[in-house]
Amino acid sequence: MNAVTDTETRRLLSGNEAVAQAVWEAGVTLASAYPGTPSTEILEVLGTYPDVTAQWGVNEKVALEVAIGAALAGTRAFCAMKHVGMNVAADALMSQTLAGVNGGLVIAVADDVGLSSSQNEQDSRYWGRFAHLPVLEPADAQEAHAFTLAAFELSERFLVPVLLRLTTRVCHVKTLVEIGQRQTIEPRGFIRDSRRWVMLPGNARPMIPAQFKRDDALRAEAETSPLTTEWKGTNARIGVVASGPAALSAREALPDAPLLKLGFSHPLPVERIKAFAAGVETVLVVEETEPLVEQELRAAGMAVTGKDILPRNGELSVAVLRQAGATVRGETLPVPAATTAPADVFPRPPTMCPGCPHLSPFYCLSRLRNSVLVSGDIGCYTLGAGQPWNAMDTCTCMGASLTLANGLALAKHGDDANKAVVAVIGDSTFLHMGMQGLLNLVYNRANVTVMILDNRSVGMTGGQEHPGTGRDLYGNDAPRVDLEALVKALGVKPERVHVADPYQLPELFKLIRTEIQVPDVSVILTNQPCVLTDRHKAHPALMVDEDKCTGCGNCLAVGCPAIQVVRRGERVTASGEVKALSFVRIDSAFCTGCNACVGPCGPKCIVPQGPAETAGQAVGG
Amino acid sequence: MSASASATARQTDEPALSPALAPVTNILLCGIGGQGVLTAAELLAAAAVVEGFDVKKTEVAGMAQRGGVVTSHVRMGGRVLAPAIPPGEADVLIGFEAAEALRAVTQVRKGAALVVSDLQIRPPVVHQGLFTYPDDPIGALRAQGWKVRVVPARAIAERLGTLKLMNTVMLGAVSDLLPVPADVLRAQVVEAFRVRKPALAELNGRAFDEGRALPH
Repeated sequence: MNAVTDTETRRLLSGNEAVAQAVWEAGVTLASAYPGTPSTEILEVLGTYPDVTAQWGVNEKVALEVAIGAALAGTRAFCAMKHVGMNVAADALMSQTLAGVNGGLVIAVADDVGLSSSQNEQDSRYWGRFAHLPVLEPADAQEAHAFTLAAFELSERFLVPVLLRLTTRVCHVKTLVEIGQRQTIEPRGFIRDSRRWVMLPGNARPMIPAQFKRDDALRAEAETSPLTTEWKGTNARIGVVASGPAALSAREALPDAPLLKLGFSHPLPVERIKAFAAGVETVLVVEETEPLVEQELRAAGMAVTGKDILPRNGELSVAVLRQAGATVRGETLPVPAATTAPADVFPRPPTMCPGCPHLSPFYCLSRLRNSVLVSGDIGCYTLGAGQPWNAMDTCTCMGASLTLANGLALAKHGDDANKAVVAVIGDSTFLHMGMQGLLNLVYNRANVTVMILDNRSVGMTGGQEHPGTGRDLYGNDAPRVDLEALVKALGVKPERVHVADPYQLPELFKLIRTEIQVPDVSVILTNQPCVLTDRHKAHPALMVDEDKCTGCGNCLAVGCPAIQVVRRGERVTASGEVKALSFVRIDSAFCTGCNACVGPCGPKCIVPQGPAETAGQAVGG
Repeated sequence: MSASASATARQTDEPALSPALAPVTNILLCGIGGQGVLTAAELLAAAAVVEGFDVKKTEVAGMAQRGGVVTSHVRMGGRVLAPAIPPGEADVLIGFEAAEALRAVTQVRKGAALVVSDLQIRPPVVHQGLFTYPDDPIGALRAQGWKVRVVPARAIAERLGTLKLMNTVMLGAVSDLLPVPADVLRAQVVEAFRVRKPALAELNGRAFDEGRALPH
C-alpha cells in the first residue's frame, strides 16, 4: 500500500500521480473512472492508496454517476476520464449541475491536446461554460496536486461539482511535488430532500436562477483566487494571459513579458484581466485549444490577440509562442541555429504485438476485403485499418461499430449492395457502449456480423480490468460477465453465436465466411487474452525451415512483427509475370508460438523449433 | 569525448555549479515502444532530483506502447518551465535504436552529444516491403557532420546474459555527459532494480559500468 511517511514531503510525480496523491490527501471515499489516455493512471495509482475505494466503471457516464452518488451521500468523491469520456458522461453532468452536490465532487477531465491517442481533439473547458461549473487548470504536477485539494474545498463551499481540466502535458509530465498527509473529513450525511435531488421540472425550474447566482459568486471567487497568479515581467510590450502548460511555455518563450496565469479559468475573472491589460501594450491570449478566453474578452470589449496569430489546434509549444511574440513585435525570428535537414526515415507506426489475438481476425477480413464493409471501433484493433490489413472502413467513437453497421447495412447500395457488413469491437468497448448497439441490431432485424475480439483486457490503455476480466481494479476476484450468455440474452439466436480461437486461423476464416452469408445478426467471439497481460501463456517459438521457404510472403500479410524478411528476390511465372519474393525468418525473442502464421504459409515451412534453435534467443533484425 | 560533446558535462576539475542556478540541460531519449525508453528517462529524472535540480520529464505515450516511435524529454536545471524541449535545443541525444536517432537528430542543437546504440529494429512496414530501412543510419548521422558515440549495447547485454540490460548499458555510456554525476545515476539504476527485480540489481550495476568504460 502507498503511504506517506512522516518525513516524506516531496515526490517526483506525474500530473496523474499528483492528482491521485491529492485525492487521497483530500479524504475522498470513492473514486471512479473508465480508462482513457491520458487520464488512465490517476485511478490506477489511487488503487495503491489505503482508505479510498477506487472502482473502474463500465463507462464514463456510469463512473460519474457512481461518484455523484457518493457525493450525495455526504462524502468526498472523485471521477476521472479523458476528454471524449465527458461526452458520454454529459447527460449526468448537465442535470446534476443544477442540483449540485453535498460532499465535494471533483471531476478530472484530461484533454489529449495533439491527439496522441484519441479520435479527436476537444476542449473540455467548454463544459464549464455549458454546465455552469468552475474550471481549474493546473500547469504541471505540483499544481495538479494543489489545485485538486483546492477543488474539493471549492466544491463544498459552493456545493457544485468542480472540473479539473488536465492536458497530456500535465498528466504525463513528471516533476517534484510537495505532498502531505490524508485529511480527516467528517462525512456530512445524506440530506433527505426530494425537492433538491429529484429532478422533476417543478423542482428543477427554481434551480436555474439559483445557478445564475452561483455563477456570479464563482466569478467573484475567481477574481481574487490565489490559483490565478501574475508574473510582473520586465517589458510591457506584450502581456500574456494564459492557462495550463502553455502558460509555462509562454514564460520560457517570452521571458520578459508580464504574464497572468489563469489557474481558476472559469468563470473568467474579467476585471482582473482588464487590470492586467491596462499595464501592457498588447494582450496575447495563450490557451489550448479553442479561443474561449479570447472570445469572452472580446465580448467584454477588450482588444486582444490570440488565435488570429496562434495555431487553432495542437500544443502551444515554446517554438510556436516565440514566433507569436515576434509576430506581435513585428520582428522576424532568426532561423534556428539547428541543425540538420530531416533525413528521409521510414515511418514507424504503432503495430499490433507479436502473437496478438487480433492479428488473425484482421488477416481474415483482409482476405475478404472485396466482399465486406468493416465498421470498426476504439481500441488496439483500430490498427486493423493500417498495413498490412487495410481492413477497416469506419471508426468514430466507443460502440459505434455496431450502430454504424446497422445504418450501413440498411443503406448500402451500388457496388456495395452485395457486400456483407461486419462490425468489429473489443470486449471492454462492447461492455462500455456496445451492448445497446447489439440490442438495436437484433431489435431492428439487421443483417450484420459482429466480431467481439475478447482479449479480457482494456488493451490500448495498458491492460486494465473490466467486468469481463473477472478481476477488479485491485486485481481481486470479481464477478465475470459471460459474454456468450450476454449476447444471447440480448436476442442473438443461439445458433448464430460462435466462440472461436483466433489462433486457429483457417477455422476462424471459414466461420467468418459462413456467417457473413447468413442474413441475420451473428456474433463471433474470439477468446484469446491480450499478450501483454498475465493471462497470456506463450508457447515455444516457431521457426522457418529455410530450405522450404519459397518467398511467397503470405505470412507477412498476417502482420506479426516477429516475422522478418531476411532476403528478397524475384521469380518469373509461367505467364512471364515477375513476382517479388520475400524470404523470412521468425524472431524467436518476439514469437509467442501462437500459430496464426502457420495457416497462411504456402509451403508449410513454419514449424516448431528444434532443441538446437531454442537455446540461442535473439532480438531485432 | 569531443570538446563540443563535453559542453554539458560536469568536468571534475571545475567547481560544481549550484543546482539552483544551473542552466537547463535538455536530454532527448528516442527509441521504440516497448524498449523501456520511458523507464530510462525516469531514472535520469530521479537522479536529477537527488542532485537537487528542478526537473521535468515528459513523453507522448498512449499508442507508443505498440512498437511506434517513442521520444522522452528530460529537462534539468535551476528552474525548468516548459515540459517539452524546444526543437533544436536538445543538448544530449540518447538513441536506443540507430534509425530512431537519425529521425530525432533534427531536434538537437549544434554541438550536441549523440550517444547511439547500434541496435537496428526494422518495423513490419519495412518487412512488408513498403519502406526501406537505411543501410547505415549511424554512417548517415556522421555524413551529416555529427560526432556520434556508438554503443554496442546489444553485444554487451548479450555477453552479460540478458538483452534487458541494453538500456542500462546506454545510461552508463552517456553518464559522463550529464550534469548529474555518473555515480548518482548508477545508484538510481541499481536501487530501482533492487526494488522491482532484486536479482537483476547487481547485474545492472555491471551493465552500467561496462557502458561507462567504453572507449570514446
